[in-house]
Amino acid sequence: MDLAFTPEERAFADEVRAYVRANLPADVRDKVASGKHLTRDDHMRWQQALGRKGWLVYTWPKKHGGPGFTPAQRYIFENVCAEENAPGIVPFGTKMVGPVIYTFASDELKQKHLPSIREGKMWWCQGYSEPGSGSDLASLRTRAERQGDHYVVNGSKTWNTLGHWADWIFCLVRTDPKAKPQEGISFLLIDMKTPGITVKPIVMVDGGHEVNEIFFDNVKVPVTNLVGKEGEGWTYAKFLLANERLGIAAVPQSKRGVEALKDIARAELDGGKPLIENTGFREKIADLELQVTALEYTELRVLSAMAQGDAPGAEASGLKIRGSEIQQRITELTLEAVGEYAAPYLPGLLWQGSNEAPVGPEYAHLAAPRYFNTRKTTIYGGSNEIQKGIISKMVLGL
Amino acid sequence: MDLSYSDEQKALQEGVERFVREKYVFDTRRKIAASERGWLPDNWAQFAELGWLGMSFSEDDGGLGGGALETSILMEQFGKGLVLEPFLPTVVLGGGLLAAGGSAAQKQALLAPMIEGKKQFALAWLERQSRYNLADVSLKATKEGAGWSLSGHKGVVYNAASADTIFVLARTSGGARDEKGLTLFAVDGKAKGLSRRDYPTQDSLRASELTLDKVSVGADAVVGAVDGAFPLVEGTVDRAIVALCAEAVGCMDAINAATLEYIKTRKQFGVPIGKFQVLQHRMVDCFTNAQEARSMALMAALKIDDADATVRAKAASGAKVQIGKSGKFCGQSAVQMHGGMGVTDELSVSHYFKRLTMIDLMFGNQQHHLTRYSNLAMAA
Amino acid sequence: MKLALDAGHRAFADEVRAFVRANLSPATRAKTVSGRHYDREDHMAWQRALGARGWFAYTWPKKHGGPGWDVTQRFLFENVLAEEGAPRILPFGVKMVGPVIYTFGTDAQKDQFLGPIRDSSVAWCQGYSEPGAGSDLANLRTKAVRDGDHYVVSGQKTWTSFAHWADWMFCLARTDPDAKVQQGISFLLIDMKSPGVTVRPIIMTDGAHHVNDVFLDNVRVPVANRIGEEGAGWTCAKFLLANERLGIAEVAASKRGVRALREIARAEPNAGRTMADDPGFAAGLADLDLQLQALEMSELRALSAMAQGGAPGPEVSTLKIRGSEIQQRIAELAMEAVGEYAQPFQPGLLFHESNDTPVGRDHAPPAAPRYFNMRKTSIYGGTNEIQKNIVSKMVLGL
Ligand SMILES: Cc1cc2nc3c(=O)[nH]c(=O)nc-3n(C[C@H](O)[C@H](O)[C@H](O)COP(=O)(O)OP(=O)(O)OC[C@H]3O[C@@H](n4cnc5c(N)ncnc54)[C@H](O)[C@@H]3O)c2cc1C
Ligand SMILES: Cc1cc2nc3c(=O)[nH]c(=O)nc-3n(C[C@H](O)[C@H](O)[C@H](O)COP(=O)(O)OP(=O)(O)OC[C@H]3O[C@@H](n4cnc5c(N)ncnc54)[C@H](O)[C@@H]3O)c2cc1C
Repeated sequence: MDLAFTPEERAFADEVRAYVRANLPADVRDKVASGKHLTRDDHMRWQQALGRKGWLVYTWPKKHGGPGFTPAQRYIFENVCAEENAPGIVPFGTKMVGPVIYTFASDELKQKHLPSIREGKMWWCQGYSEPGSGSDLASLRTRAERQGDHYVVNGSKTWNTLGHWADWIFCLVRTDPKAKPQEGISFLLIDMKTPGITVKPIVMVDGGHEVNEIFFDNVKVPVTNLVGKEGEGWTYAKFLLANERLGIAAVPQSKRGVEALKDIARAELDGGKPLIENTGFREKIADLELQVTALEYTELRVLSAMAQGDAPGAEASGLKIRGSEIQQRITELTLEAVGEYAAPYLPGLLWQGSNEAPVGPEYAHLAAPRYFNTRKTTIYGGSNEIQKGIISKMVLGL
Repeated sequence: MDLSYSDEQKALQEGVERFVREKYVFDTRRKIAASERGWLPDNWAQFAELGWLGMSFSEDDGGLGGGALETSILMEQFGKGLVLEPFLPTVVLGGGLLAAGGSAAQKQALLAPMIEGKKQFALAWLERQSRYNLADVSLKATKEGAGWSLSGHKGVVYNAASADTIFVLARTSGGARDEKGLTLFAVDGKAKGLSRRDYPTQDSLRASELTLDKVSVGADAVVGAVDGAFPLVEGTVDRAIVALCAEAVGCMDAINAATLEYIKTRKQFGVPIGKFQVLQHRMVDCFTNAQEARSMALMAALKIDDADATVRAKAASGAKVQIGKSGKFCGQSAVQMHGGMGVTDELSVSHYFKRLTMIDLMFGNQQHHLTRYSNLAMAA
Repeated sequence: MKLALDAGHRAFADEVRAFVRANLSPATRAKTVSGRHYDREDHMAWQRALGARGWFAYTWPKKHGGPGWDVTQRFLFENVLAEEGAPRILPFGVKMVGPVIYTFGTDAQKDQFLGPIRDSSVAWCQGYSEPGAGSDLANLRTKAVRDGDHYVVSGQKTWTSFAHWADWMFCLARTDPDAKVQQGISFLLIDMKSPGVTVRPIIMTDGAHHVNDVFLDNVRVPVANRIGEEGAGWTCAKFLLANERLGIAEVAASKRGVRALREIARAEPNAGRTMADDPGFAAGLADLDLQLQALEMSELRALSAMAQGGAPGPEVSTLKIRGSEIQQRIAELAMEAVGEYAQPFQPGLLFHESNDTPVGRDHAPPAAPRYFNMRKTSIYGGTNEIQKNIVSKMVLGL
């Protein structure tokens, strides 16, 4: 056991840092550093830069075109990217559907989709949840009926993150309504340009548009877009969810978040002195930093177990729970640091890229929307209550 | 000791409850929020007609002789409906400052028409560096003939755009953050040299940044004593805190009711999600939190007129701590128990959540008031 | 609405205070102040003094020999007693079985039992819980088999507080094993001197002996000692539990606890000053003080609603929850204030009136034992989880 990095690992860190500095567009970096919202193009420019280096799919094994990083390299890569204010990698293609495709799909689908995911050319979105099927995903109703060499898909999906930017959607659909709920489900890849698909925005609590409802009205999907076997979709979905939960802990981002919080606490005044000198507030930051450290070491332990060949187990649920709570706490303390200057709501600046001057410092107008918005982290990717249900059943045997 | 409402108070409560039920359906509120002023003059006229604007002022000042409890009764129901009309800045703050510190002439010129619904007010105390310290004021007022000239900046001034008169807290002597040396001025909302940057707030209210560039006012613009405004402002803000606490109690009742209803009807796994014990217990915690908030808000309303200044300050701070804590708990829990629906703009929950969040930030958050309370309690 | 007291109530408070000062033994008072354990006579002598004044059964209505006080008088009485360092009133006779007897008992039973409860010449204990019936009380198995004009009672009760001091026990026993769980239970009064009753101590985590196992081996109990109808015991039990929960909030005692805690904080050194000057500790203490004020106001609101004719509803469960948490928090902060000097264990000082000198300050020896002991408050009287179930069902309709 050794916490220190080897000389090779240190050299790798330098290499990553040099690459990020040379290839991350400055405007994107500045937006991330100041917590602003990114456009589709911002994401794409960065992801394609990583794609060119073969690093976008940094979690993939070599045989599928990934770099085959060791756990230490992954850790270094994620942390250096976060430290350098690179945007988080959009997970839908790279971390969700990609591994499902290379693990379960036909060679044809692999050839068709894996390269464009590796290069960051296609935007994917996730079509799992439905209005009546959130936590109880297996109750989903979107129907796919086989007609010759097509499925005809009808129904609606909801909460699709950035579905309005997507080229493709991977969907859970019901192919056999008579089978048991988990057994009649299949995993379909659908081109978002197919006739019959309507995307309708959902406005979030902070006024932003990041999720959508997607309606399917007799959408024709070639049978060749089926991943694996018909009726086996639930197995692939579970495989994907376990991967999703791991990345969702967002430790490197939270580390950066704590540093940004400290900067704000240094800039804000309290009784003529920097807020960070207020004992009560400083202790809250310290407590948060320790929570992040505990989470980081737990994640490292899980990664190390995975490197020994264990699959990410239900413990990953624990990481998701604490990770999401920490993300929320960062925004909560940031809001507290900003104080009354969090009150102004400036949608132009937030969403439309207007060049009006902020009221108060730059970070102030982002604090409240971010706090409101981040309530989502304990809800999505399987709510924290559901995660606890999983741990209690799978780990504790209750 | 007696903790029951009088018949008049019950009637007032029923009246304002009815107003909120009829005039503040959630979709109506959305339209009012999007309107030019952000509130409805018709509603304000009705407040005047029903006597609500003068409810808590003495009969000598042209009011109906009620007190903090009547204000709380109104504010609690306003909280239930997320009412947008500027009752807090105009009546509780502006009216409160005049009632406590205004001269007879000022009361006649400003308070009387306010009670009739003809004048709107705002209080400008905060500056960029102030955080929650009411004395951290650097906007300067200098003598200019018989009157004064005011220059400097004020921030997050609620209702400034609608205000006929803005009460501006200025430094007339002393150093940064000295409690002595502050003077309160009644400044015309359209005064020369006063410019505004207006914006909506997170919770759909309206506020402004103010820049004062050599704004001239007469000697009669001073409210209370020159250099001696601090206790006046602190006392009035403490009363506003009590009112805000009542509003928060209304918000909590509403958000808890909405959540309870939701978890009884939303089904997953074939049952209403309210059948899951984690949600049941969390809902009970919400209920308990709201009870405690109600208790503390009531206590503060009953103590805010106490003869002892320490008792008053402890009551306001104590209630604000509870409201911060309970408001956060109820707000966050409501969102969580609504699942994805909780983070949308569509349902009212997210709007109550935002209001509760902003209430915590107004006039000092939980931490600030815990420290203030702690210092007062340890000194005793 | 007002919080202030009128002249009559102020005079009443003065009268109570004068009485306590004249009648509470200084030795008993000293134990309260230093947090040491009482013996039986500490309680009984004090309770007899109250009884002689007609104040022991202070919650009882006039027609059963209570003083018939209004809500404010009760409130003042409890507060003055606590402020003056009186031991808490043992509730088993006066607050638990007494009201059951005057509500459900026959005239003969009232004549026999109420007098000795009012003057505290008899000590009671509560025989509800059993090894297999804690939260699920209705699962109790202790059998009472009718034999002429007696029941023959066999079984085991556990957690019976102060059974080793008790003259009588009120007890739930199963008289009809074939009825539905709640319906076959009867409410019996058992003389602790009856042959076949064995009391065995259970030593608690702090070393104290408060609770016991009570074994009942063919104990003969006259049928005349049954309260209410045979099989109606559950009704009495529920009636009693609702009363129990109200008193269990222990607001007056906690107020004294917070004051004592403030004194401890002022006495304990910390970095050249005292714990009271430590902003973090002071903030924790202020927060506790405020929690207690909120609880007190909630209790006053409930009492005021009761005075207007409402019965104590299931909302009182929330008072029990918060009251117990506050008692625990007082103990937790006291231990925190004492710091490392909480470590020496001096049972002689705590239980046996030894004149050993404390290793640390006078308030140090009870700090940790009290913290350990106070964990009971969220367990007894119906655990806090069970209270939440009750509120969820009865108040929220879930
Ligand atoms: C911002 C955002 C982005 C999202 N992005 C996507 C996306 O891209 N693609 C996609 O498919 N989905 C997405 N989701 C959907 C997300 O996965 C669901 O919101 C989530 O699964 C919860 O479902 P729900 O919202 O229907 O809540 P519900 O399932 O109705 O849950 C409501 C509450 O009940 C609780 N609950 C439910 N069941 C139980 C139980 N058995 N025990 C205890 N508590 C329970 C929940 O924890 C929650 O607190 C997104 C959601 C959000 C908010
Ligand atoms: C110091 C002390 C004094 C006592 N004095 C007396 C006395 O004088 N007379 C008397 O009769 N009894 C007395 N009791 C017993 C007390 O009432 C029981 O301890 C209590 O009812 C809990 O029962 P249990 O200990 O068997 O715990 P269990 O019922 O086994 O509970 C264990 C845990 O499971 C939880 N749990 C159980 N059911 C549920 C559920 N449905 N939902 C959620 N959580 C649940 C509980 O909350 C608890 O955390 C005393 C107890 C103590 C500690």
